[in-house]
Amino acid sequence: MTELRRRGAAADPDSTDNLSDKEADGDDRLGLVGDAEGECEGDTKANTPDVPPSADNTPEYLNKALEGLSSRWRNWWIRGILSLTMISGFFLIIYLGPVMLIIVVMSVQIKCFQEIITIGYRVYHSYELPWFRTLSWYFLICVNYFFYGETVADYFGALVQREEPLQFLVRYHRFISFALYLAGFCMFVLSLVKKHYRLQFYMFAWTHVTLLIVVTQSHLVIQNLFEGMIWFIVPISIVICNDIMAYLFGFFFGRTPLIKLSPKKTWEGFIGGFFSTVVFSFIFAYLLSQYQYFVCPVEYNSETNRFAVECQPPDLFIQQEYTLPSNLQLKTVHLYPFQIHSVALSSFASLIGPFGGFFASGFKRAFKIKDFADTIPGHGGIMDRFDCQYLMATFTHVYIASFIRGPNPSKVLQQLLVLQPEQQLSIFNTLRSHLRERGILPPAVLEAQ
Amino acid sequence: NWSLQRRKGLFLFKGSETEGRADRDGASDTEGKQDVPEVPVPADDTPEVLNKALSGLSSRWKNWWVRGILTLAMISFFFFIIYLGPMVLMMIVLCVQIKCFHEIITIGYSVYHSYHLPWFRTLSWYFLLCVNYFFYGETVTDYFFTLVQREEPLRILSKYHRFISFALYLTGFCMFVLSLVKKHYRLQFYMFGWTHVTLLIIVTQSHLIIHNLFEGMIWFIVPISCVICNDIMAYMFGFFFGRTPLIKLSPKKTWEGFIGGFFATILFGILLSYVMAGYRYFVCPVEFNNDSNSFTVYCEPSELFQLQYYVLPSVLQSATGWTTVRLYPFQIHSIALSSFASIMGPFGGFFASGFKRAFKIKDFANTIPGHGGIMDRFDCQYLMATFVNVYIASFIRGPNPSKVIQQLLALRLDQQLHIFNSLKAHLIEKGLLPAVEEAA
Repeated sequence: MTELRRRGAAADPDSTDNLSDKEADGDDRLGLVGDAEGECEGDTKANTPDVPPSADNTPEYLNKALEGLSSRWRNWWIRGILSLTMISGFFLIIYLGPVMLIIVVMSVQIKCFQEIITIGYRVYHSYELPWFRTLSWYFLICVNYFFYGETVADYFGALVQREEPLQFLVRYHRFISFALYLAGFCMFVLSLVKKHYRLQFYMFAWTHVTLLIVVTQSHLVIQNLFEGMIWFIVPISIVICNDIMAYLFGFFFGRTPLIKLSPKKTWEGFIGGFFSTVVFSFIFAYLLSQYQYFVCPVEYNSETNRFAVECQPPDLFIQQEYTLPSNLQLKTVHLYPFQIHSVALSSFASLIGPFGGFFASGFKRAFKIKDFADTIPGHGGIMDRFDCQYLMATFTHVYIASFIRGPNPSKVLQQLLVLQPEQQLSIFNTLRSHLRERGILPPAVLEAQ
Repeated sequence: NWSLQRRKGLFLFKGSETEGRADRDGASDTEGKQDVPEVPVPADDTPEVLNKALSGLSSRWKNWWVRGILTLAMISFFFFIIYLGPMVLMMIVLCVQIKCFHEIITIGYSVYHSYHLPWFRTLSWYFLLCVNYFFYGETVTDYFFTLVQREEPLRILSKYHRFISFALYLTGFCMFVLSLVKKHYRLQFYMFGWTHVTLLIIVTQSHLIIHNLFEGMIWFIVPISCVICNDIMAYMFGFFFGRTPLIKLSPKKTWEGFIGGFFATILFGILLSYVMAGYRYFVCPVEFNNDSNSFTVYCEPSELFQLQYYVLPSVLQSATGWTTVRLYPFQIHSIALSSFASIMGPFGGFFASGFKRAFKIKDFANTIPGHGGIMDRFDCQYLMATFVNVYIASFIRGPNPSKVIQQLLALRLDQQLHIFNSLKAHLIEKGLLPAVEEAA
């Protein structure tokens, strides 16, 4: 302890950098000492058995296949092979359909949650806290139950009306979710143990922030998916493309560093990635807009009990003529309006998306970890691949809600039928006069009273 | 106090090393309060006038009197603002929210000694503004639909509301990322997390309170009164009869206080709702009148607030000799509300107690003499407000008609026509519309 005090007093600027929040001695000083010692040099990786060095995780056959190459090229090959594998996996699950996609989104969410919570345990050495693992997973289940319930109620209205227990669950859904959450809250309060208060509150907050980030945004991804698979595929592809393009441009032309937080990023990579991503998205949107499979909202067919993707393509996906400014050779171009929107999406992905990556880099530096986990050889954890995606998913959702989608008609009708009769009548009259104004309904014929 | 000065000097100039050390020092009991300039010892804060008036009494009774007088002052203030109307209530809710946020953030600063982190104070307040903008925008759009449609700038703000809110939030997020400084990463992330959890707890729940208020002032007054009553009654019962401790976290609470408070609060809830349900001022939803540009509370009371006859179960019949009672249905609901306030509300209090012990603070702040900070008074209220909102959404309220109209008018015309026909068929079936069809 005195050792630490002296070093602190000596104003060593780097002493605060390599830290682990190690609980040393003492009763109530537990969390606090951990916090303080977290600021001093000491055992970092050696104390954290859950994070082996990355290089050991490469499968044997890859190692054998690449043993001839030098270390730098070997790393490059591993990353390349895994990238291709992941992209192929992505195409495969798109082919398999919406149900598969939802299951994959769910699995990714659970894995990301687990990775971040595991980091929390390591940081606070709170793996043995009473109840805490149970409580974290319980809160995950509660929040998922709440969100999935809302989604099911919105999109599967017909199915819900049919089944009696589902009807009950839907009607009192918020109350049931709240009761479940409260049970977890009370369990937390009852589990507070005298010496570990601060740690327990830290883990409680850590769990909640993780839920906020990971679970809400994965549900936004699923809602985007229901709008049409193109709203799921294009944003994800754009982020992947921006990653790869920025890396390549940085690799070949990179000179000026972009931000101190991520020393490997360069301005050349950033700008090159921006332009190439916009072009890529423009072309990719053109390709995908032609297929009903991608463009139509995902609907649940009550008769066949499966998801159907079949519709009249919305205006957004019907080619239209746009006149170009007169000083160019072409007078008009045929474009899908969605391609214009894809330019907006790709601009966001290239300009603001990297901030999600910087946030994750800052987080990793703050807690002295190299990668979130070691699931993917050469790339790190699932969270490492998805850190930019979450911001993109939220943006896509907000974009759709603000600029594209109107309210869901069946939901509006459902709400209408629940209102009081007088309210229904007044709405009916308002709607009738509105439609008459628009010329959809014939003007009022005076009836004999 | 030279060692204190030296420690403060180091704290100001040396940044993270001292933060680490002061945090460690903050653990030991003696040095705790002295290193934390924002939290003075409570007893010094009593106003002079009270001190003079109570100078004769012993210390224990003086504390009791101070608490009692302040309690009466707060309750009178509560009645006064109810009299002033919904507008003032909304402003008070907003002020309470800002003060609670400020208190909790200040605690975060003192825990992490991060008061001098670059940008952080600005960012916390900025995030508060963003989230409030988002919630108030949603509320205004829902409840003041016609006003919004009238004014052109409001209409655009309302149409793109989510996008604007998100853009504002993103700006704050990017500012946070750009403000990350090499030596303070962890602290900055802690403060970021602390701010967001505080926003989640305080701001969302204060907006739920405002939603409850719009349902009818009774949905605002009765829950708050039940929590206050439970506090006071549990304290009284504990004071006079208390023997078995309730939970290690709060040694002053007893089972006798808990159970006595439970029954007393239910009784109080029934009586209070009986008194209030008779007045339109409390019972009607708050609406915004376009013509007079003010809030009006005028309506036909809903079924919930009309006296009905209930047949008593035979047990109570034999006990009281009545066969039927006339009750407002709302009184039955008030039993549910007061049960929650007595049983679950204390968990909110235990949570706050655990929080205070975890971070070694006696009170959240020192705003109210004898009671602590605003947050100390409101810790049980937040859980109650969320419960009331969920209760109303699940058991009482249907969808909001103006919101439904708003959504209807945003649909495509063919969808509107389809809904129009469905609705017409439904109304004809119910007999609300004559069956005479117009020539199509």
